[in-house]
Amino acid sequence: MSAYSVTEPSKVSKWVAGLLVTLYAIITLLPLVWIISTSFKTGPDSISYPPKVFFEPTVEGYVNLFTTRTRPAVSELDTLPPPDGLMEEIARRQGTIITGPSRFAERFLNSVIIGFGSTALSIILGTLAAYAFSRFKVPLKDDLLFFILSTRMMPPIAVAIPIYLMYRELGLSDTHVGMILLYTAVNISLAVWLLKGFIDEIPREYEEAALIDGYTRFQAFRKVVLPQAATGIASTAIFCLIFAWNEYAFAVLLTSGNAQTAPPFIPTIIGVGGQDWPAVAAGATLFLLPVMIFTILLRKHLLRGITFGAVRK
Amino acid sequence: MAEVILSGLSKSYGATQALQGVSMTIPDGAFVVLLGPTGAGKTTILRLIAGLDRPDSGDVRIDDHSVMQDTPAQRDVAMVFQQYSLYPHLTVRDNLAFPLRSPIIAMPQAEIAKRVAEVAEVLRIPHKLDNKATALSGGEMQRVSIGRALVRNPRIYLMDEPLSSLDAKLRADLRIELKRIHADMGATFLYVTHDQIEAMTMATHVGVLDRGKLVQFGTPRDIYENPVSTYVAARLGQPHINLLPAAAFPGAPSTATQIGLRPEHIHVGDGQDATIQRVEHLGDQTRLHLTIGHYSLITLTQPHTALKPGETLKIRPHNPLWFDASGNRI
Repeated sequence: MSAYSVTEPSKVSKWVAGLLVTLYAIITLLPLVWIISTSFKTGPDSISYPPKVFFEPTVEGYVNLFTTRTRPAVSELDTLPPPDGLMEEIARRQGTIITGPSRFAERFLNSVIIGFGSTALSIILGTLAAYAFSRFKVPLKDDLLFFILSTRMMPPIAVAIPIYLMYRELGLSDTHVGMILLYTAVNISLAVWLLKGFIDEIPREYEEAALIDGYTRFQAFRKVVLPQAATGIASTAIFCLIFAWNEYAFAVLLTSGNAQTAPPFIPTIIGVGGQDWPAVAAGATLFLLPVMIFTILLRKHLLRGITFGAVRK
Repeated sequence: MAEVILSGLSKSYGATQALQGVSMTIPDGAFVVLLGPTGAGKTTILRLIAGLDRPDSGDVRIDDHSVMQDTPAQRDVAMVFQQYSLYPHLTVRDNLAFPLRSPIIAMPQAEIAKRVAEVAEVLRIPHKLDNKATALSGGEMQRVSIGRALVRNPRIYLMDEPLSSLDAKLRADLRIELKRIHADMGATFLYVTHDQIEAMTMATHVGVLDRGKLVQFGTPRDIYENPVSTYVAARLGQPHINLLPAAAFPGAPSTATQIGLRPEHIHVGDGQDATIQRVEHLGDQTRLHLTIGHYSLITLTQPHTALKPGETLKIRPHNPLWFDASGNRI
């Protein structure tokens, strides 16, 4: 029962709106285009001025991202046997030989484990907490909710030193579990507040009907509330993942080897003889993909909106 | 199928006292209709029996066993909500099958399909079974919601104005259908409605609620003919009972301050002069709007009456209902 009336916008206003949206899209997409195009440039192309808009694409950046290389003397290079495989061939073209894999794949995997792990944990805990706050009489409910939100009122990095010391004592420094817990702690406030909003919107009658239909409260939660909260859960998950995925400060401080994520690793990619910008750009480009895919997969839920149609208001 | 006994049920929501000491016995196989305006506590009674709310005091017994400690599922009741509360993420078929798939009933798949098909037939929604619950009209949703109760065989059916948003024809059909289910299965019903035809035609017992109190409980006939107060008298009767000051007619008992006149209490032919203001032809009945002195009242006459506005006729009360100053029957 929507109560708004729509007047067909005039042609001019449509044009103006279209123009503004296009402009906005160009401004926001430009850095992305820059990064992605740089990832396909050669080293010299990437730093040429004026920047090259048209260039011959190469995957040098990607090869360099995944390998470590040395630059032997030219005379030595000539004496080597012919290159073995495409990667080697691309390395040779730059006058280098591959000495081994880089740590990018490892760091990327760490990001996936920590990012998705903390997102899953935030969502599970957040949904349960939000449901309890939404449906039950919790003593000091408003104060608790405020307290949960208040953890967001300072920059997380403000507590970096205590956390660093705590983690060192607890043996959580540079571990996957430690990072998952930390990101979950930061995300949980967002998750509880967002999800409580979504669950508040789901009429209680559904659960009451399910309780009478022979289900326990938890079964009703699982079969009736969760499917209807899917939209909210999906959008909350995207926000949580984006934070955990992009987090840099804690990652720099608390991880170094074992559990280091991609964000602190990418800027440290140093080529043979100077900063390897195409490799850095390639790392950034690949780093974008999981969040992009995750968002596209969940887009259906974001767009669908919540259906309230089956309860008479 | 069970006897349900409510004793001394009280419940308040915040500062609002929804129920005050309601006691009632719903005999096994009875069809009890609860009447009362919005806020009288009808829905609260259903919720307390279903176990959705806990009473502040009092007891609910089903089958001679207190269910106060039981969860709604354990109480084995079915409820039709006023808000249809269909599960919006499920199809009509899955909505109807939902109670049968519950861990408590866990009916085999083939039997579920059979039951769902039967109920869909009764409610005339077989062609809608594969629709999403949200893709239905209001009347269809209400039927699915009734169907979700009917697929089961609970100890008592609780229904909160289940027919309120159906059109007249469908309402009449489903009234008969519910009555048939009641008769065939010997099921026990507790039914909330505003509709007096539903109350009179379906009920074996009627309970009248006033601001959280049960003011009268009896057969529909009894409630209609022997109301304990003006409040109860006003709940049933089409047209509404005429309530006039006792002095309007001679012969009032000494304590009476009001006289209640249903059409059958108005004898035409002798007595006082009444002027016809309006004649309403409703088809099966004709209503006469009369004035007598300063007072107006409504009565019935033959469908094909020749009476016209402006004419006068003589009327007198015949076995009227007398009420005292606080509205209680004398």
